[in-house]
Order: sequence, then C-alpha cells, then structure tokens
Amino acid sequence: MTTLQDAPAQKKQAPGKVRKYSTRPRKSITLTLATGIILLYSVVPLIWLVINATKSREGLTDSFGLWFADGEFLLWDNIVSTLTYNDGIFGRWFLNTLLYVVVGAGGATFLAVLGGYGLAKFNFPGRGAVFAVVIGAVAVPGTALAVPTFLMFSQMGLTDTPWAIIIPSLISPFGLYLMWTFANDAIPTELLEAARVDGSGEFRTFFQVGIPLLAPGIVTVLLFTTVATWNNYFLPLIMLKDPDWYPLTLGLNAWNAQATTNGGEVIFHLVITGSLLMIIPLIAAFLLLQRYWQSGLAAGSVKE
Amino acid sequence: MTTAQAALPKPRRRRSWTGWQFVGPFMAVFALVFLAPIAYSIYISLFKTRLIGGTSFVGLENYQQALSDPNFWDGLGRVALFLAIQVPIMLGLALLAALAIDSGRLHGAGFFRITIFLPYAVPAVVAAIMWGFMYGNQFGLVGNINEAFGVDIPAPLGPDWILASIGNIVTWEFVGYNMLIFYSALRVIPASLYEAAEIDGAGQFRIIRSIKLPAIRGALVIATIFSIIGSFQLFTEPSILQKLAPNAITTFFTPNYYAYSLSFNGQQYNYSATIAIIMGLVTMIIAYVIQLRGMRKGS
Repeated sequence: MTTLQDAPAQKKQAPGKVRKYSTRPRKSITLTLATGIILLYSVVPLIWLVINATKSREGLTDSFGLWFADGEFLLWDNIVSTLTYNDGIFGRWFLNTLLYVVVGAGGATFLAVLGGYGLAKFNFPGRGAVFAVVIGAVAVPGTALAVPTFLMFSQMGLTDTPWAIIIPSLISPFGLYLMWTFANDAIPTELLEAARVDGSGEFRTFFQVGIPLLAPGIVTVLLFTTVATWNNYFLPLIMLKDPDWYPLTLGLNAWNAQATTNGGEVIFHLVITGSLLMIIPLIAAFLLLQRYWQSGLAAGSVKE
Repeated sequence: MTTAQAALPKPRRRRSWTGWQFVGPFMAVFALVFLAPIAYSIYISLFKTRLIGGTSFVGLENYQQALSDPNFWDGLGRVALFLAIQVPIMLGLALLAALAIDSGRLHGAGFFRITIFLPYAVPAVVAAIMWGFMYGNQFGLVGNINEAFGVDIPAPLGPDWILASIGNIVTWEFVGYNMLIFYSALRVIPASLYEAAEIDGAGQFRIIRSIKLPAIRGALVIATIFSIIGSFQLFTEPSILQKLAPNAITTFFTPNYYAYSLSFNGQQYNYSATIAIIMGLVTMIIAYVIQLRGMRKGS
C-alpha cells in the first residue's frame, strides 16, 4: 500500500471517459501483490474443491489436500458416480433446485420489478406505508420467520410440497429496494407522460417503455434472487421431509451426514464432486452476465 | 392533456390508485409470507403447551422465561462476539479490496473483481462442507500444514476455535459480495471531485479519507446492517459443522439454532416463536441504531 503514498495524485480511469488533465494511473506491482493475498484467500478453497473432485474416496485421505493424488484422475468417474448414485437422485435434486429457482427467483424478480416500478413512478395512497413496511422487513431475520411460516403452512397442508419452498421465495425485499432505486434513476417520468399522451395503457407502457430501460437492474435482481433460492437451506430443511423434493443443498448435506449415521455408506468423494457440480452453474451465470449485473448494481443499488 | 396543463411549471404527479396495480401483487404475497407469520408467531408466543392441561394463554410468561434462560443468553453472547469481530474484519478486507481495484493501479483489476466475488456463488452449505473437510483431520489440510511446516495449528473444530473457524467461513463467503457493493458505490463518485482534489494537491490517502469514504457511507451502512442481520441469523454453517464437531457446537450454539432445535427436536413451538421474536426485535433495533448513526454522521 505504500506505493499509493509516494505516487503523484492520480485519478481512477473510468472507461469511456477522456481525461486530458492526467495520465493513466501507473500500475503498481506492490498493490497488485498485496491485493493478491485476498484473491488467493478467495480462490484457494475453490481450487481445493476442483483438485479433490479428481480423487477417489481413499485418495482423499491419503494425498496432500492441494495437489492431485498419485496416479489417479477420477474426475469423470466421480461425476458419473455422483449422477448415478442411489438411482440418480442427484439429478432429481438438481431438477428440484431448478424448479425452485425458475419459479421462485423468477417470480420474485417479476414481483420486485413490478413493485419497484410502482413505488418509483406512481404517487398512490399508502405509498409511504408500503415503503416503511418493506424496508422494515429487510431487517427482520428471514429465518426467524421460518418456524411460524412452517406452522402456518402445515395447517394449510403445504409442507412437504414444492409450494412450501416456492411461495416464501417469491418475496425479496432487497430486490424491491434495488428495483425502486434503479427505476428512480433509469426511467425519466417525461417518457412515461409521453407514452400516456399517446394513449398507451399503464401496463403496456410498463412492458414497452419501462422493462427495456430497467434491463440491467432486472438482471441484477434476478441474479441475486437466483443465488438466494439456489443456496436456500434453512427453509427446505424445515419444510421438507421427502428426499424426492429436496433441493441440492439439502441433498448434499444428507450425503455428507450419511458418514455419521449407523451403517451409512461414506461417500465424501461424491459430496465433493456434487458440490463442484452444484456451484458451476452459478459461477457460469455470474461470469456470462458480468457486464449486465455489474452495471445494474453500480447504477441502482447504492446511490444515496 | 390540454395545453394549459402542459404549460404548468412542473405538473405534479396526481395521487391515484393506479400504482397499487403494480405494488399490489408484491404486497399480497408479502402479507402472506411476512406479515401473517409475524402476527402468527406473536400470537403463539403468548401460549404455552403443557403435558397436562394442554395449551393455555400465559401472557408474557414465555418472554420472561427467555430472558432468564442461560441457553438463550449463551447463544446471544456468542453471536454478539461473532459480529463484533467477524463483521469488521470482513468489511475491512472488502473495503481494502474495493479501494485497491478502484484505484486503477492493479494489474488485471477486472480479474481481481470477479475472482474475489466468486465465493459468493458458493452456497453456504457447500462452503461449510468444504471448509469442514479442510479443517478436519480426515482430509488433512490442517494436518498437511502441521506436517509440512512442523507447526502445531490448534484444531479448528475444537471448542476453543470453532467460532473463529465459522467466522472464517462466513468471511470467505461474503468478502467479495461486500467488496462489490463498495466498488459499485465508488464508481458513481463524480470525477470532478477528484479533479478538484488534485488541483488542491491532495494525495491518494487524503482522497480516500476525504472523498471516497464519505461518498460511500450509504453503502457502508447498508453492508454493516446486512452483516449484522446475517450474524444474528447464523445457522447454516454451525448446523453443518455440528456433525464434525459435536462437542463444540451445542443445540443452542446460536439463538437461531436454538429456536430451530426447540421446534424441531423439542416440539416447543411456543417458546421457539418467542426466541425468534426477541431476536427479530434485537436485530431491528440494532439495524435501526446503525442506520441512524451512520446517516446522521453523513449530513
């Protein structure tokens, strides 16, 4: 960090903006190496996961954790075993997770976009109250609600069904907040007035004028609700008894716990490979959609 | 629209119910999955089920019981300690990374940004399982290090270190997420502020202290609040590690874990709801205080 001090005052280089008054900041090896420590901290466990997904159950215990086991590279075999173990239950869990994400996170995003747009662009009775209640709810521990939600849902006969996971996933107070701030900035009210003058109905205006302008914000909210649903553990743990409805999180934990139950087969190599398979789709989505969600986050979420 | 209306200085949006068409669907589901359970849990927290005599109204008795329950205080103390140490470390690392990436002086800044963020895509369950393996003596990372360097790292899953070990997992999961929140806030600082500072001869540290940090105060407050909420909700990591460290992690390790154990192992739904409500209140009060303090300093 010392290089920061002795360098002449420099400005960050925003892409696409021409600066005449200053040269590009000089790259600093020291700073790069210092920040590299945080990078290593973030990435070494992921490397550990990839390396250990290539080992057999015995290789896991016999070999050094951060290097490959001698003479075995069983990634493919492990993947096949993970997908076929116990009649291919992993695939079923994967499909369940996908169902919860598509309907839950998709629905949550849709409701957040609709609501955020409404809060930002309309003046309606009760608007202040809606805002206060929802922002207050952000601070309510989601998990504190799980027990009463379980009791309510069990009286409604919804527990042990996909609905018990999907319905609570439909609400993302943070998503609503994100969309509200984003819509405030991204949609000029004049544009909506113009559409109204042209005789466009409110929903048509929303879909044809609002949605395209909100796209980066929508991608951002969609990714964050997807992560929340994909990673959800506490709610399914409470709501589901039947392993056929488990999402991957619950399934992997069940496999992991198998080792400590009497007579349970120890399948740590499948737990590790399954974990790797589980995180690949999300990492791929983040990498592919990087440009969109980062601009959405910058434009909408954190401006005061 | 008549021309007379259009000529008005700035036509104030008229109050109408139209907005409810957009907010209504959210609020309907919100009422079902947020408001109703809160109301319901307040209701059941006022009752008690006894083996003899069944369920009866007991007023605030459950609350009195909770406030004098050593298990509850034990868990609450633990998460308080956890958040007092883990949250500053995590947010500090995130802030350092964000400032470094934003400075424009890193080689491969984009690579840093996305790579540090990646652990956020790892589910807490997978993170806890993974680190559990690395901590444990079975897959030996800790054992490997002890052997290779001839040192004696204390067992991460032992009673003395388990909280720190969980703190490390949570830090690992969320450094990148918070870094990104801070970084996004840094990006919207107008360049004109830096120009002015440069003309005044301000150095990098001065710019960070006088421009960057005040400008991202809102993001810092939001990240702090979310981290506090996260700490109070701590459940997944201890519940996964519990199998590996049964002696170090009790059923009342965190208040949330306690509430879970009470309902799903003990069938004490009323008391469990009481614990959940108290924790909800504590969280809201602390989040509110942080918000008030953070925002007031800013103005």
